[in-house]
Parts: sequence; structure tokens; C-alpha cells
Amino acid sequence: MSSDRRYPDEISGPFPTPPISFTDAEDRDIEIRSFDGTDDEYEALAEMYVAFDPSDRAQGIPPGKEPRIRTWLDGILADDCYNIIAWDGDTAAGHATLVPDAEGGNFELAIFVLQEYQQAGIGTNLMETLLGYGTSVGITTVWLTVERWNHPAVSLYKKVGFETTGAENFELEMAIRIGEDGA
Amino acid sequence: MDVLVGIGSPDESVAALERTARQAAATGDSVTVAIVGDHPTEARERLETESSSVADDAGIDVSIRHLDGDPGSQLVDVAEAEEFDELVIGGGSESPMGKITIGSTAEFVLLNAHTTVTLVR
Repeated sequence: MSSDRRYPDEISGPFPTPPISFTDAEDRDIEIRSFDGTDDEYEALAEMYVAFDPSDRAQGIPPGKEPRIRTWLDGILADDCYNIIAWDGDTAAGHATLVPDAEGGNFELAIFVLQEYQQAGIGTNLMETLLGYGTSVGITTVWLTVERWNHPAVSLYKKVGFETTGAENFELEMAIRIGEDGA
Repeated sequence: MDVLVGIGSPDESVAALERTARQAAATGDSVTVAIVGDHPTEARERLETESSSVADDAGIDVSIRHLDGDPGSQLVDVAEAEEFDELVIGGGSESPMGKITIGSTAEFVLLNAHTTVTLVR
């Protein structure tokens, strides 16, 4: 959370940009697209978070109750944020988002995959496609926090290029560089 | 019950005192406010004024003191040395995403205090 956060010198990537399609490990046809701002997509996402297993919450998000889920979604689906959704037909199976921090310029990343779609390669695809999306709109630096005991998440972040930048608290802070400054 | 409330660092917000003061008004708890962290005189005085006005609003008396040095260890030390029944601190801040993050003071207090700790959100 510190404003003097360090970012890796090396630029990670290149990453794919949305839309992408693939067959997941369970043979489901998945498409990842950027959020189109329609009510239909918003409602599909709200439905995904209502169904979300509380044990997969991370640092209080997604919130547990539907009204709070909607308030939270309103914030992260705002115009200055970048969102992509993984679709199995009309079902939102996963979601990843980039939210600007107060200083601007740096973006906080979060990713969520519905329980029955986990461990099928959707998380990795969402992660890479979100970073590609970020690069394509000129974002250069992205950070996140993760609970230190969440090993699957930490390895996914490391795999795409995140480095640990802060480890002094309960949660690890990690950061990645995905573009040239001033590009 | 004797309650020690830490305020003054970003995590240890006045919200913790507001809740404690409301509760003390109902239970008769005795409340001590510890202003932690290094602050310029002006900021110290502002925290003191703010604490008094929160106490006045709740209709309770509080004693206010300043603790110099590392906030976490000072709070734990004072709570134990003076046998407070409860130590109250702010329960963290939120990232732009809405993730709850626990600061180093709260973490230190949680891991080290033998006193009962309340985190206020």
C-alpha cells in the first residue's frame, strides 16, 4: 500500500489482449472479453459473486451480501477501471480487474474464479489477458496484495512475472512492470 | 473494565475511539486514549482535541496520553504493565480495490499482546 512501492526493472510480457477463446481443462469452451458496460454483463457478474464460496474471499472481497456486492462492483466497474470476464456461454466463470490507486498511474489487480471453474486454466488465462489489456491501454505498473498462505495464487502471480515487494505484513505485496514508462 | 485505545497512526483511527466511547457510555468502562506515532506538535494537539470531542459527544471522561516510540510495542507494553483489560485499535485500511489490509501496528499488537485485543472496523 506504500506509495514508495518498488517495481521490477524488467518488463514482463508480451501478454494476449482480449478477446481470447480456449477450451479449459474440463473441456468447457471459455471466452474472455472486456466488460462491455451492459446491464446483462453486470447482472451476470453480480450472480457470480452471489454464488461465490465465502472461503475463497480474499481480504474481505468479494463482500458477502448482495447489496454490498453491488456497491463494490459499482466501484470497480467504473470508467477508470479495466475489467475482463471469462464466459462459459452466458455464465460468468471468472473476472479480473485493474483499479487505479489514489496516486494514479499504478493499478491494483484482483482476480476471481468461481469455485467450479477453478484449476482448469481459467485463472492463468484471465491473468495474462488482463495484463495484455493493461499494456494495450498504456498501463505500465500493476500491484496486488495476497494472503501469504494462499500458495496457488502466489505461484500464479510469480509465473506471469510478479515479484514480491513487501512482505512485512500479513499480506504479501507483489508488483509487475508491463510497459515502458512514458510510452 | 479498563480499556486502552490506540489512535494516531493510519490504522489506529479515531473510529476505534468512537466505538469504545459509545460502549463505555453504556457500560461505565474507564477509557484511556493513547496517541501513538511521531507527529508534529500541531497534529498531536489536533488528535488530542479530536479525542476530547469524541469523549464529550459520548458523554464520558477519558484520560489522554502520548506514547513515543514504536506504536505497536508501546501499546502492548502499556496495556500489560498497567493491567488494562482490553486494548482497542483500528482494524486496518482498505486498498483501492476494497481489500482490507492490516498495518504493521495492528499485526504487531495481535501477535504480541497478552491483553484481549479488539479491532474496530
